Amino acid sequence: MYDVVIIGAGVTGSAIARELSRYQVKACVIERQEDVCCGTSKANSAIIHAGFDAAHGSLMAKMNVAGNLMMDQLAKDLDIPFRRNGSLVICLSEEDKPKLVELYERGIANGVKELRLLNKEEVLELEPNLSDNVVGALYAPTGGIVCPFEMTLALAENANMNGIEFFFDTNVHNIVKDGNEYVIETNKGEYRTKYVVNAAGLYSDELHNMVSEHKIKITPRRGDYCLLDKTVGNYVDKTIFTVPGKYGKGVLVSPTIHGNLIVGPTAVDIEDKEAVATTQEGIEDLITKAKHMVKNLPIRQVITSFAGLRAHEAGHEFIIGEPEDAKGFIDAAGIESPGLSSAPAIGVTVAEMLRDKLGLELKKDFIPTRKGILDPSKLSMEERNKLIKEKPEYGNIICRCETVSEGEILDAIRRPLGAKSLDGIKRRTRAGMGRCQAGFCMPRSMEILSRELKIPMTQVTKSGGTSTIVTRRTK
Amino acid sequence: MKSYDVVIIGGGPAGLAAAVAAKENGVDNILILERDKELGGILNQCIHNGFGLHTFKEELTGPEYAKRFITRVEELKIPYKLNTMVLEINKDKVVTAVNREDGLFTIQAKAIVLAMGCRERSRGALNIPGYRPAGIFSAGTAQRLVNMENYMPGKEVVILGSGDIGLIMARRMTLEGAKVKVVAEVLPYSGGLKRNIVQCLNDYGIPLKLSHTVVEIHGKERITGVTIAQVDENMKPIKGTEEYYSCDTLLLSVGLIPENELSRELGVELNPLTNGPVVNESLETSIEGVFACGNVLHVHDLVDYVSEEATNAGKNAARYVLEYHNKAASGNVVEIIPKNGIRYTVPSHINVERMDDILTIRFRVRDVYPDAYINVYFDDERVQHKKRRIMVPSEMEEVKIQKADLAARKELKTISIEVEKE
Ligand SMILES: Cc1cc2nc3c(=O)[nH]c(=O)nc-3n(C[C@H](O)[C@H](O)[C@H](O)COP(=O)(O)OP(=O)(O)OC[C@H]3O[C@@H](n4cnc5c(N)ncnc54)[C@H](O)[C@@H]3O)c2cc1C
Ligand SMILES: Cc1cc2nc3c(=O)[nH]c(=O)nc-3n(C[C@H](O)[C@H](O)[C@H](O)COP(=O)(O)OP(=O)(O)OC[C@H]3O[C@@H](n4cnc5c(N)ncnc54)[C@H](O)[C@@H]3O)c2cc1C
Repeated sequence: MYDVVIIGAGVTGSAIARELSRYQVKACVIERQEDVCCGTSKANSAIIHAGFDAAHGSLMAKMNVAGNLMMDQLAKDLDIPFRRNGSLVICLSEEDKPKLVELYERGIANGVKELRLLNKEEVLELEPNLSDNVVGALYAPTGGIVCPFEMTLALAENANMNGIEFFFDTNVHNIVKDGNEYVIETNKGEYRTKYVVNAAGLYSDELHNMVSEHKIKITPRRGDYCLLDKTVGNYVDKTIFTVPGKYGKGVLVSPTIHGNLIVGPTAVDIEDKEAVATTQEGIEDLITKAKHMVKNLPIRQVITSFAGLRAHEAGHEFIIGEPEDAKGFIDAAGIESPGLSSAPAIGVTVAEMLRDKLGLELKKDFIPTRKGILDPSKLSMEERNKLIKEKPEYGNIICRCETVSEGEILDAIRRPLGAKSLDGIKRRTRAGMGRCQAGFCMPRSMEILSRELKIPMTQVTKSGGTSTIVTRRTK
Repeated sequence: MKSYDVVIIGGGPAGLAAAVAAKENGVDNILILERDKELGGILNQCIHNGFGLHTFKEELTGPEYAKRFITRVEELKIPYKLNTMVLEINKDKVVTAVNREDGLFTIQAKAIVLAMGCRERSRGALNIPGYRPAGIFSAGTAQRLVNMENYMPGKEVVILGSGDIGLIMARRMTLEGAKVKVVAEVLPYSGGLKRNIVQCLNDYGIPLKLSHTVVEIHGKERITGVTIAQVDENMKPIKGTEEYYSCDTLLLSVGLIPENELSRELGVELNPLTNGPVVNESLETSIEGVFACGNVLHVHDLVDYVSEEATNAGKNAARYVLEYHNKAASGNVVEIIPKNGIRYTVPSHINVERMDDILTIRFRVRDVYPDAYINVYFDDERVQHKKRRIMVPSEMEEVKIQKADLAARKELKTISIEVEKE
């Protein structure tokens, strides 16, 4: 019998789990995929938004601004790659300029600090590769970029270190009320709990609707992206947005925290909550839009494309809290963008709700910090050699493009909530994420997984389930 | 810091031949650095026949061909380090590498030969829309899985791209009991050698669809099929020509890219047409004493030419070290210019004083040219006019230039090469 069961191990569920793990509580996270961060949290723009975008007074604005403020400390405590590179909303025509001012004023009202309006010269001085058509911009120095995998993993790992259990490959198909408790029915059996937290992303409507008569509907809104090689990762330094205008809603062009260049997303409402397939039209659309924003977009340097689905709710607002008719069921639903930026604040908000309801006491032995996977390239030559002497696997490079050693891959597999698949390794170490897209390291990483997990090569998967890679031995 | 006369980056056929040549030309202190667990490079996974026809006048498998050079390296007692990844080369010719035994270490070189080979273009670089399931492999990765790890990637296969590796893998997968349904090639002609089309596709009844490409990938966890469509002259898919093929495996053989990350960071000038370094007659890059050969310089289809080219690079590296190769030679420098129908040439310029008596200029043509002429001009004067029965982009061409002819023309500025249609 649990005090709390959290459904969904995306950034929202993981942030809630981590904040809840400060208290003396029996809690777990249930996730239908094989790993943390397999839903929307793995495919997004990875921007920690400043907070000028959301409507003033909305929960979205509040959570975003508060979450942004928490990021420095969180990144330090949990070893999350994060940089405040600043955001620039550029304006490409005189007639759209009033919209910049509107954004500026909304940002001030939302409590965003350091906002400034820039003229053409100032913008081009900051970002010389921007289109010459730029007429001005809103500059938000507090905007940042983060590694969304590492952020989600760090939160989950820290929660796990502090006693929160995680169950993977466990799909919730029904929730029923039984007296003061909930019974959560899954493919792996039943879980009984006093409180349920619904952090199921795109499926949060289905879970909500199982217990409440106030129905909600989540529409998947797909965004396609292109990711470009690190050789052009410094094409811009800030995250570049455009004000909605002549060319529609526009896309963003931004460096990623690991030094690639990301371009996207599109926004298309679809039906299928699993349809993360990119489309030709989407990719052409985002390239066309990005070409309006920067000069000579180096699009030949694309190394991969991908798509993510926003969990869009009709009211375009986060739904956080207990529905009137379902006491003990706490929603963290409709968490679309800026969900990543808001996660730290949502985590605290929901954990405090649970604290108050359950009367939870703080844990004395809470471990507030977590170390990421050691990156040998950040060590001095002496330190690195000492490491390799003790653990020679750090001298064995497995991924040539991102220079990832066997030592890092072993760490990724062996640590709490460790990797069980190639994608799991990739999200934790970046092995396979470089320009050759795993052509080189795939056989090598498969062999390590097979050895470490004691499974035959034919059972090694790309991302769990039926995603096996080889079928049988050769003749 | 240890120092060596010649450090060779990569122990594939290029690196091996360069090492042997450097040694045979009088340099003793040589080191080969190889990141894989054995010497031989990509040849180790090419267990099919067809290597060495030019060099040894017999048909060898890839490993057999490599073995001949490895044996030479052993006989000449040239030292090498395996499982050693070179991480950086700087302008002072300090090479940084890492392995399990030595840790992170640096060595000082007098001359460096770049022989890192190439990598395959990935799915991402093609930007094929659709899902990103398991079961999509570059053909060379599949070749490694089958031939070196002994695992089959799947049962029903579609191949995109008609590069040689894809063709070889079509046959290999068929012999291993898989069903290869189709090879789709976006261009109106094949990217592979003609003999491979015949021996790997035609002999097994595997259809080759020219001017076709994959427009969608299906399947969420493991690939379940692809949609293939015909393309127009601009390589845009033609609506209404889509065909669905079920498959559990998609192999990509869509081109090779010279592996020049180290060279780029070193500051070597690269040729955007080859993605390899710009080199002179000595196969020396824009940085003095740094030479390049094999697939890192430009993609080769026959290993024999790799060995020949690398032998030159090794010899020139030795000359550079021994200094009888006048470093700052003051000779006349002639630019080589690819004109009509020629995509690129290697080398890009010649210092006449330093060149050998006969210099081979290698190049590729842009398109398929039946019964056309190759013309060579010294400035405006046509000096060669040779008919070729057929020229195709997938097969490397060459012309030879005599030093005596250049030396006789003191004022010569350019050599241009062109295709002339009949
Ligand atoms: C294109 C795009 C761009 C974005 N850009 C940004 C940005 O730059 N900055 C920003 O702040 N935000 C951004 N966002 C928003 C942000 O990515 C999301 O708000 C956030 O990742 C949502 O996290 P989550 O944990 O709520 O959902 P998810 O990450 O989707 O997690 C939900 C989890 O629940 C699991 N689950 C679902 N149903 C069940 C079930 N029945 N049983 C068990 N488990 C279940 C799923 O498998 C999943 O792992 C973007 C989103 C998109 C799509
Ligand atoms: C699949 C395939 C089939 C072929 N079939 C034929 C055929 O039938 N007949 C024929 O004649 N030719 C064939 N070829 C062509 C021929 O094999 C190649 O042209 C030749 O192998 C290229 O030699 P190389 O030494 O330049 O590159 P490679 O063989 O690729 O060797 C490069 C070496 O450098 C190492 N290296 C790279 N970077 C580093 C680093 N940073 N640190 C340390 N080491 C590094 C690599 O591990 C590798 O061993 C084929 C090629 C391929 C790929």
